[in-house]
Amino acid sequence: MTEENKPNQPEEKKPETGVPGETPKPVSEAPKPAAPAAPKPAVAKPAAPVKEITRRSFISWLAVGWIAFAAGTGGAVMSFVRYLFPNVLFEPPTSFKAGYPDDFLVGRVDERYKNKFGVWIVRNTEGFYALSTVCTHLGCIPNWQPAEKKYKCPCHGSGFYKDGINFEGPAPRPLERFKITLADDGQIQIDKSQTYLFEKGQWSDPDSFLKA
Amino acid sequence: MAKWTDKIAKSQVWKSVFRHGYPSSDRNRSLIVLSNVFLHLHPVKTRTSGIRLSYTWCMGGISFFLFLALTVTGVLLMFYYRPTVEYAYNDIIALREHVPLGIMRELHRWGAHAMVIAVWLHMYRVFLTGSYKPPREFNWNVGVILLVLTLLLSFTGYLLPWDQLAMWAITVGSNMARATPFLGSEGPGAAFLSLGDIKLVHAGDDVRFALLGGRFVGAGALLRFYVLHCVFIPLAAAFLIAIHFWRVRKDGGISGPL
Repeated sequence: MTEENKPNQPEEKKPETGVPGETPKPVSEAPKPAAPAAPKPAVAKPAAPVKEITRRSFISWLAVGWIAFAAGTGGAVMSFVRYLFPNVLFEPPTSFKAGYPDDFLVGRVDERYKNKFGVWIVRNTEGFYALSTVCTHLGCIPNWQPAEKKYKCPCHGSGFYKDGINFEGPAPRPLERFKITLADDGQIQIDKSQTYLFEKGQWSDPDSFLKA
Repeated sequence: MAKWTDKIAKSQVWKSVFRHGYPSSDRNRSLIVLSNVFLHLHPVKTRTSGIRLSYTWCMGGISFFLFLALTVTGVLLMFYYRPTVEYAYNDIIALREHVPLGIMRELHRWGAHAMVIAVWLHMYRVFLTGSYKPPREFNWNVGVILLVLTLLLSFTGYLLPWDQLAMWAITVGSNMARATPFLGSEGPGAAFLSLGDIKLVHAGDDVRFALLGGRFVGAGALLRFYVLHCVFIPLAAAFLIAIHFWRVRKDGGISGPL
């Protein structure tokens, strides 16, 4: 576009150094404005059409350079940030089988899966539910105290009833429950990626409770 | 004797290191300051009132001294400490029971506590004497970043003994990162960053995850905190400390009494 304009109005152009240098271009690429443009190159540059870097093209190349530099730097920074997030975690799986329903006694808090998976499985007269062992205050692990029938957090003293409802200490909400279903082989399947919050009314969800 | 000292002072080795004469003239005294990388960070002149103990409390100097002491004791601790779940706690015990000068870890720990206190008192003194005012606003900001780095050093070092206190303190502390705006899975704005039911910021990719290298405080967190504590934050702090000292000089030395 700029190359087309130049030969037509060479006088009005700012004193661009490019005028003599750029004139060869339109000759080679656009024969249309040959009449007004023809005398100029004959005067300015009779020699071979050497491509000089004009101020204008230099600036546009500079812009291309800066964009490429910014893109490269940005990409490198993105890669470095991504590097902080590993593709494989060597942590226990979020979904696991917890044995057959007959393994659990009515009224008992089962602590077998507490250490590895962070889950209490509780059976009452109606069925099973899986409680998260993470305190809703600041994330410590409470202890089940059978004598007092409560989960007691050692960090700041939060207490929860057997069903997970908070009743003392700073904990702002009940313990969370996990998805609990029956697998095809008859074992209890716990899926920790799906949580059910009492305060959102999710404990009535069928997957948050397994009927015996 | 004078012949020998003269000979040494005129030797090529001596002259390659020291490019000034004895500090017997004002010119030589200035050259000593200007040609020494450590001294040139200092102001060329100081007000007598500016170095009065009742004015500065020497808290900046004590902070820097503690930083150096913590660097030395920290590097010495690194000769024995292995930042893995298997060894970390046992190595801490061994540093007390099986290693000569069993108080090395205590030196590091008490020094760390003292440095936090000294940095706070330094900031308090700077505030009381109005030394944050122009032309020293920039240096105040550098100092605020240094305060944050000091607290981060304290925080990351807290996990390394890998005992119950460390575990749960960092569990609680890192849970605060969940509440980071937009970057934390439970922070304000995180709920907006989702495509339909798919959350873009969740417990598996938020800023807490990047800090811990996992979904809870485990082996990844121990190693990350170790590297942050021993390499990354000290380097950043040393870099900023150099700027901090140099700016004291450039801003006209220690501020005078109001």
